[in-house]
Amino acid sequence: MNALEVRDLHVTLGGSHVLQSVSFDVANGGVTALLGRNGVGKTTTLKALLGIVPSTGTISVLGTNTKGLATHRVVRLGVGYVPEDRDVFSGLSVAENLRLAERRADPNYDEVYSLFPELKTRSRQRAGTLSGGQQQMVSIARVLLNEWPLLLVDELSKGLAPKLVSELTDVLERVAQVSTIFLVEQNLAVVKRLATRVIVLDHGEVVHTGTSDELADETLARRFLGVAGAA
Amino acid sequence: MNVFLTLTFSGFALGGVYFLAASGLSLIYGLMDILNFAHGLFMTLGAYAAWDVATHLPAAWGAPTLFGIALVSSILGGAVAAGLTEVLIIRHLYARPVSQILVTIGLDLAVVGLLLGGFGSNSLAIPVPLWIMEATKVGSINLPNADFVALFAGVVVLVALEWFLARTRYGITIRAGVENRTMVSALGINVGRAFTLVFVIGGAMAGLAGLLYSVVFAGDLISPTQGDSLLIFAFIVVVIGGLGSIRGSAVAALLVGLVQDYTNFYLGSHPGMAEIGNLSVVLLLAVVLEWRPRGLLGRAL
Repeated sequence: MNALEVRDLHVTLGGSHVLQSVSFDVANGGVTALLGRNGVGKTTTLKALLGIVPSTGTISVLGTNTKGLATHRVVRLGVGYVPEDRDVFSGLSVAENLRLAERRADPNYDEVYSLFPELKTRSRQRAGTLSGGQQQMVSIARVLLNEWPLLLVDELSKGLAPKLVSELTDVLERVAQVSTIFLVEQNLAVVKRLATRVIVLDHGEVVHTGTSDELADETLARRFLGVAGAA
Repeated sequence: MNVFLTLTFSGFALGGVYFLAASGLSLIYGLMDILNFAHGLFMTLGAYAAWDVATHLPAAWGAPTLFGIALVSSILGGAVAAGLTEVLIIRHLYARPVSQILVTIGLDLAVVGLLLGGFGSNSLAIPVPLWIMEATKVGSINLPNADFVALFAGVVVLVALEWFLARTRYGITIRAGVENRTMVSALGINVGRAFTLVFVIGGAMAGLAGLLYSVVFAGDLISPTQGDSLLIFAFIVVVIGGLGSIRGSAVAALLVGLVQDYTNFYLGSHPGMAEIGNLSVVLLLAVVLEWRPRGLLGRAL
């Protein structure tokens, strides 16, 4: 059984056909990256998987067909989600943001606070007053409190300093030992370090699937990602 | 001076009832973006539930016991009415604001019509204990006990709501849902259940407001249209306080109660000025909106 099986996925938003017959599998274990230029539908794909945006086609999450399931029910199948723009609740304190994310009786605060000690010292601070990097820590901490068979991570490195990106990548590398991670990421260095498999989207369609080693291919990288090879 | 202090206390009591009526409305709008025109109906049904229970129980139980049961019945009546409205109607109309407004207005008209058909247009008397009709001497002034009840209920509900929203998981869920309901769902939380709970809490407070309005300001009488009259002031309080802000509603309710009470007393006795109290509240609304469109403590529009 694959962690994700997507067949003939279509999403239309505001009259725009964003995803056009997208099909792919994400195998259990390790990190699979979804790549592509800005605006090709990567974030929309994750939102469709969670039922946040309406879609047609077939989506199987951890062996369950999610057709008609509300977002919270898809999540309860065992899917953790780190959104693109952190989406912390700015009016809530750090502690309240974390409390809201608890999905098990013994949430893993020890691990969260050992990874991000700053969150403990700032537990009473409103999340809206944190820096972008600290908000990303909250966003990741929310999923680390629980154990998820599948994690959807959208743009881990977006807008963050290189040092913090490196630290967060370390965290995901550890998480990948026990969870399957489906990662949307623009930073090819992060992808190369974490992912073993890649899926490339272009103009709302899957144009390539393969191993992350293939990202060294100049043609592939330039044509679909708009960057030089990442060898 | 004594008159002014009595008026001030009475204005606070009126504010307590307005707060009970408005806080649920504010909560429902804050989380769900629903302008619920059936909220007045919850007030009316709360009052009728209290009357129905209190008048069908043996009088030998005594007025204090019956009034206590009536209070609980008004809360339950409003809560059940609101819960059913959310589950049976509102839930199917999310993201359709025009339909929500039309349906909640229609529901209010239909049920008020049923109440008029079933109970008649005459007001019905709620049995209350004697002490509620009496006054307590504080210093040199006599303050009506009914006003104490309204003010006490308002304060208790404000403290309880603040505690609920700040300390409980459901409260945190509701505050998070006000900001970003999609992300709340993406954490595996059933936002629909939180929505129903918000409606139930709002309805419970509305039901209590309906009963206390009758007891404190309507001579212990209830009528099918009383909720609709109170709803207008509840909307004004919510807008002045800031949509979605419970504390804003509390401040605005006191302000509206005081302004209405002062103007009614000092200007209402002049010829042609009988409705000056109501007009003053609308003027207050206009001034606040001109000065601060988001309301006193509301979030940015």
